Amino acid sequence: MINQYSDMTLDQLFCEHPHAREFFSALGLSALPAGQTLASTVAALDEELLLDVGIERQELLGQFCDYMAGVERLRSQQQALVASVTVLGGHDKSGNPENFRLELRPGEVTCIVGPTGSGKSRFLADIEWLAQGDSPTGRTVLINGAAPDLARRYAVEQKLVAQLSQNMNFVMDLSAEEFIQLHAESRMVADPAAITATILELANSLAGEQFTPATPVTALSGGQSRALMIADVACLSSSPIVLIDEIENAGIDRKRALSLLADQDKIVLMATHDPILALMGQQRLIFKNGGVSSIRSTSPAERANLTLFEAMDARLTAVRHALRNGEEIAGNF
Amino acid sequence: MRLITVAGPPSSGKTAIICKTAEALQADGVSVGVIKFDCLSSGDQALYERRGIPARTGLSGNLCPDHFYVSNIEECLDWGLQSGFDLLISESAGLCNRCAPHIKDVCAVCVVDNLSGVETPRKIGPMLKMADIVVITKGDIVSQAEREVFVHRIRQVNSSAVIIHVNGLTGQGGHELGRLLRDAAAVDSLQGKLLRFSMPAALCSYCLGQRRIGADFQMGNVKKMELG
Repeated sequence: MINQYSDMTLDQLFCEHPHAREFFSALGLSALPAGQTLASTVAALDEELLLDVGIERQELLGQFCDYMAGVERLRSQQQALVASVTVLGGHDKSGNPENFRLELRPGEVTCIVGPTGSGKSRFLADIEWLAQGDSPTGRTVLINGAAPDLARRYAVEQKLVAQLSQNMNFVMDLSAEEFIQLHAESRMVADPAAITATILELANSLAGEQFTPATPVTALSGGQSRALMIADVACLSSSPIVLIDEIENAGIDRKRALSLLADQDKIVLMATHDPILALMGQQRLIFKNGGVSSIRSTSPAERANLTLFEAMDARLTAVRHALRNGEEIAGNF
Repeated sequence: MRLITVAGPPSSGKTAIICKTAEALQADGVSVGVIKFDCLSSGDQALYERRGIPARTGLSGNLCPDHFYVSNIEECLDWGLQSGFDLLISESAGLCNRCAPHIKDVCAVCVVDNLSGVETPRKIGPMLKMADIVVITKGDIVSQAEREVFVHRIRQVNSSAVIIHVNGLTGQGGHELGRLLRDAAAVDSLQGKLLRFSMPAALCSYCLGQRRIGADFQMGNVKKMELG
């Protein structure tokens, strides 16, 4: 198989395309002679070694080309711009039609309310999988007003939805800085160090308690983890839609977190039971029996109430602080 | 009938995602049977049958489960054909990282889980590198950043597979995986078909039951480490 990389020496290749080295080391072929061309290196690879690492000689170059093409796609950020996502209603669990047409646009926050099991997850799955009337709910999802190219359904690198779930853990044993740097490198951004610094700074501005770049991610508090992931998704994730599962009312500035995502032109969907969060959105979807039972825009009267609720919340926060400081909770809080 | 081979490391969630996917397929009127290969014991057949999914179990005992599977898959296919399934899924035992159960022109699925760490994709051989579909499980318990890094690491070793996240507990993604499996090629016979890659070689005295340690007892296909 002949391709554009065949005649380059490995020195040249790794110098011009630093991430090419990753491909070979990931396969367990790290100690390759530097002065030979790629084609002759592959031709000279020991059969025994190929058997050990589990790849066939004739497939190696093709796989490498596919990998390089994928990297190029990532680097040039060839993401088709999502200017709107439209959801056309299907039916609930009993087969009653939903009768809605919902437009979701970048920079908007839509809240999702409803009891457990009311169909919130399936709604998100419909969006994520670009349902075309073929999912259990019969809903249809349009991108920029038209039926999407279905090849996109299974293009995991172009996933529409990034999810920030509540029971999220870090399983990597890395510092916050190493962790974000690793993510930035896998996203092939031009300057991983700069974007890492930005994300850590943003996360610290959202978190109630400060952490340093050297703090292990596994040692971050709930609020700090949440803040770090929100900043990370805002700056690094290519998914146009961000789904947040409830932002706890402790250790994170929720209003700023939402505006950070909206400023990055994300379509924000937030599942919540919290009245303040629910009223922060432009609209909310109310779920019952596996379907959207109604859609409500946040009214001026609700916005006025939101201000009141925030004042109540601030008073409760003051009580929390006082408790922590060992004060008596007496007098006028 | 379509045949699907599902393989993956131990406890990666193979049984859970097959259950969820089979349920979604059955709800769409597709009949599914499962062959479960395991090493020592398996409660999975009961697990499948409780969900109304016909299943058979093969225990490899002291043989390599991968070799055992390939020696039995033809008869399993016949069982599937006689039972009249639309789709037969063969589930491997939790295999070693050098196992290579995939067959050319037969839809091959590899299941890996997010909790196993981002180095895992580099540690798995042909089972992951030559799969048509890579299913990632347990994504709900790790961060979005880790999910994205994990996908990237899989891409590095398998540039062409469809990568899909399925939640083995809630079944999210199972319906979509089912749609992919329905499009697999029909297989009516494995006569003359080839494995996609050679299985781990096994031809030394220890394969034949030797237990004593020492150079005198190492016969046949023996490889030595270089310790510098």
